[in-house]
Order: sequence, then structure tokens, then C-alpha cells
Amino acid sequence: MNASLEKDLFDCRDAFAQSLEALAEQDERIVVVVNDSVGSSKVGGFKKKFPDRLINVGIAEQNMVGVGAGLANAGLIPFVCAASCFLTGRALEQIKADVAYSNTNVKLVGISSGMAYGALGPTHHSIEDFAWTRVIANLKIIAPADPLETLQAIEMAAKTVGPMFLRLSRMGVPAVHPQGYRFELGKAARLREGQDITLIANGVMVTRALEAASLLAQEGIEALVLNMATVKPLDQAAIIQAAQKTGAIISIEEHSMHGGLGSAVAEVVVEHAPVKMRILGVPGVFAPTGEAPWLLEHFGLTARGIYEAAKLLKGVPSHA
Amino acid sequence: MLQSMISTQELADLACQQRRQNLELIYRTGMGHIGGDMSATDILITLYFAILNIDPSRPQDPHRDRFIMSKGHCSGALYCTLANRGFFPVTELTTYMQPLSKLNGHPDRNKIPGVETNTGPLGHGLPVAVGAAIGAKISQQSWRTYVLTGDGELQEGSNWEAAMLAGHRGLDNLTVIIDRNRLQQGDWVAATNTLEPLAQKWQAFGWAVREIDGHNYEELLESLKALPLVKDKPTCLIAHTHKGQGISFMQDHPGWHHRVPTEAEYHEALKELGGVA
Repeated sequence: MNASLEKDLFDCRDAFAQSLEALAEQDERIVVVVNDSVGSSKVGGFKKKFPDRLINVGIAEQNMVGVGAGLANAGLIPFVCAASCFLTGRALEQIKADVAYSNTNVKLVGISSGMAYGALGPTHHSIEDFAWTRVIANLKIIAPADPLETLQAIEMAAKTVGPMFLRLSRMGVPAVHPQGYRFELGKAARLREGQDITLIANGVMVTRALEAASLLAQEGIEALVLNMATVKPLDQAAIIQAAQKTGAIISIEEHSMHGGLGSAVAEVVVEHAPVKMRILGVPGVFAPTGEAPWLLEHFGLTARGIYEAAKLLKGVPSHA
Repeated sequence: MLQSMISTQELADLACQQRRQNLELIYRTGMGHIGGDMSATDILITLYFAILNIDPSRPQDPHRDRFIMSKGHCSGALYCTLANRGFFPVTELTTYMQPLSKLNGHPDRNKIPGVETNTGPLGHGLPVAVGAAIGAKISQQSWRTYVLTGDGELQEGSNWEAAMLAGHRGLDNLTVIIDRNRLQQGDWVAATNTLEPLAQKWQAFGWAVREIDGHNYEELLESLKALPLVKDKPTCLIAHTHKGQGISFMQDHPGWHHRVPTEAEYHEALKELGGVA
């Protein structure tokens, strides 16, 4: 059973590109920096409309991030867009020194994060980016879950001064937020109320967490679902409140289970509200060959996988 | 604020005075990179007192020229220059690398007026400078960007990524000055991983290149006042220098990358720099 197949799926990169073009119409300081990634970042439309404001540095990520910092120094607002694996992995020291430590107004946009590149393999997977960026001071981290949230996150990034890393996927996702939803930096969104267990997810895992909650409800387990789109600064109050209310937490991310969203949540839980917790993610291995949906299935990062983990944590015997 | 009327003798006097100040800074602090500070001093003095369009009372002026110190470990030379040029009080130099000082071992733009970007890891300055130069072009601004790199630093590949892009885009509002003192931390550059043929490399990347004496004010001024050397090309000035310039027993000596002078050496060096021993 895969409920998401029954819904319209959206590529959040489209919302990203639309949002960026609309913002650039209003603010001529907005520029885009890419590493030969015009197509994969979906900024072809931006390039057509603002040819002078798209800087393609070629395949050179360290220079790409440094150039972004220099553009910010010149008073512009650069969105530096590249496959997340190369952006964060190849240019990590530039992200640390030129962007975060220098406190430049650079927006880093990691495209096709997680295991979206599927069978291209672990070189192209970006399941380390939360961990790498989370430990860098003065860097906000946001992973939107659907087109509406992506649009609003990009808008917020353009209007909020300071370094930011936005982690986007190319994997199709349904709309998980109602039309009136307002994304707020540093605030978790409560997408479902419940008192038996808390599911905390972000990015492409949010829809799967919601599906898992529906499966659990069929067995009388009511899950509170939090979309933790902002990984930094983390909404500590929401986590503490959820821990106290439900007494059990499962975090779900398309990332290594080490150092990412789950680790961030666990840091809060351990210190402020110790409850049973389980971190779902990629378990410290390089993924085998397979397309992205197959890989998510392989690592139990599905509605069924979350459902099973939740029952285990609650001590409810599984039917399977 | 362009001080274009300053004479070469005045620049030389400023540099001599600053070398003494810089020596004392490192001797008193017990830390620093004296060799590279001394090789970069004349370049910094020339830029800050004769070339850069900057106003110390308005360090964030959007129309200012940008100077980026890529060899961030030579913070001693940079801090002395900034203080002497009026960006912060000279008395603050005594806090160099002390607990809670603004004057970290490597420059922090959020603490020190006049610093454009935080450097320290090598190979970061040129990419940022290229971004600033592209930004000026996009915004149709006439201010210029200058970056000072070490020569050993050019072993970092990020420089060549940036050099390639600057050449491709014809950034004639950008100038890189290479402090070509031929030494890196552990050894001679040529013995470690040679850069030669250096001028030809930059030329091949689309830059206008000139080799000058980095301790000769006439040559520095002549080139820096003639920018861009070639229209539609970024400029690379290979400034031939001596590590430890001005202090005979430090000059061209691989041991003086970050060694701190003893009391006797300090007095000897001070005497050579025309100060009281």
C-alpha cells in the first residue's frame, strides 16, 4: 500500500525556481550561482529572464561558494545552487570560512539531496549533508517538505539576512500542508495531533510519516506528527512538549542516522525530556545499487517501516 | 580618500616604521608569521596609502575598493597596516592574539573594520575576490577588487578554479598580487611543488601578467596606477619579494616562517630596521 501514489506528486525544484524568479523580479540583488547545474537546479527560466544575474562557474564547487561570498560582499543576494553532495562535500571549508564564519548573506541550495540520485550511487547521494553543515556555527538549515513550504522557505531565505543552507530533493512529493500554511523559520509544524507517540520528519519523509500515522491509527495508536523543516535553529520547545505528551519519539530522515535530524532531536531529548527514542535513517553504510524509492524501501524509510518501528517502540506486537 | 600624492620616500618611511611595529608585535605576543609579514609589508603599505579608494571612517561604504588578504596568517602585517591607516586604534595592536582580542591570529571581518572576508585556510581569497569583481560588474560599479596571495598558497587548486573563471569573464576590475617570496612553511616552494612557469600559467588562464619588484615603490605604484594592464583582462602582478625583508638574518630563510625572535634577535632586528636596539 502506497498512498502517495494516489496523490499528485510535485518536484519541489519547480516551486524553488518559480519562487526565485518571482523574487528576482522584485529585487535586483538576487543572483544565482551554479556549477554547470542550470538544468538540475531548474534555473533555466531564471537564466532566460535574467541572463546577467546567473553566474555559471563551471564544474568548480570551491570557487562557486567563494564566488557566492564575494557576490554577497558586493551587496548582492546569491543563491548558490548545486547537487547537495558536491555543494556540501566539495566546498565544506568554503561554507565554513567564507559563508558561515564570515557571516555573508549567502543562500546555499543543495539540490537532489538524500538518495534522490538513486542508482548513480553513494558518490551522488547526499546523506551526510545535515551532519556536515549542522556542526558549523552560524548556519541555518532548512529542508522543506512540499512545494508550498519550498516556496515560502525560499522567500524567507531571500528576505532574511545571513547564511543559510536549504536542502531540496528532486523526488516527487504530495502537498502535505494546507493552502493557508505559513512556514516559520525555527518552528516545527504540527501536522497531526496524537498522544501515543511522536513522529518527527522533514523533507521527503514527512508524507511517509503522515501515512505511517494513518496506519498506526487503524490500530488505535495516535501519533503526533511534526514536520521539522528547520534543522537549525531547532524547535526545542516543540520537541520537549511532544516528548512530555507522548513519551516516545521516532525521527525519520533521508540521511545517515548519525549526525542528522535524529541526532539533533536526540540531543534535546536526552538533555531536557528523556523518553524512548528511535532514529530512522541510513544506518552508517554506503547504499547498494537501486533507484531512490527502492533504496528508501531497503532502509525501511517507508510508511510501513515507520509504522513497524513505532509499534516496536511502543511494545505492541507486530502482525508481520 | 585616494592619497595619490604620497611620495615613495614617505611610503618607505611608513614601511620601515611598520616593520619595527610588526616585529615588536610578534616579539611581545610570542606568536605570528614574521617572514611573510615582512615580505608583504611594502605591498600593503602601497595599497593602503596610495592606491585603495577607502575611507577608514566608512569601512562598509558600498563604493569602496575591496582588498582581500588571502594569506590570512600574515595578520600581523594586515593589522599594523589597518591600524596605521586609521581603521582601529594603534593601541589595540597590543591585544594581538590575547584572550578575547578582536585581533585573532587570522582576520575576522565581523570584528575588525576593513577586513573583507575571513581567511586563514589558504586558497580562499581569490574565489571571494572573483565573486566581488563579478558583483561590481553586475551592479555596474566602478570600484576595484584587489587580492594578495602567497606563492606557496597557489598550490591550492581553488585558486586555479577562480583564475580560470576570472579569465573567462574578462574581469578587468580584478587584480591579484602574488607575494612571490619563494618560500612556504616547510621549505622552498620550488623544492616542494614548483609553480614555474608561473607567469605563463596566469597568461594561459587569460590574465595580463607583469613581474615586479615587490619591495620597489616605483614599480608597485606604476603597475597599480595602470590598471587594468590590458582592457577586458584581469591583472596578475607577480611581486618578487624576500621573506623576512629588512632583517638580514631572517631574509630568504626557511626557518623564519613563524619563528619568534629571541630577545637578542629582537634587538638585532630592531637595529637593522633603524630602531633603537
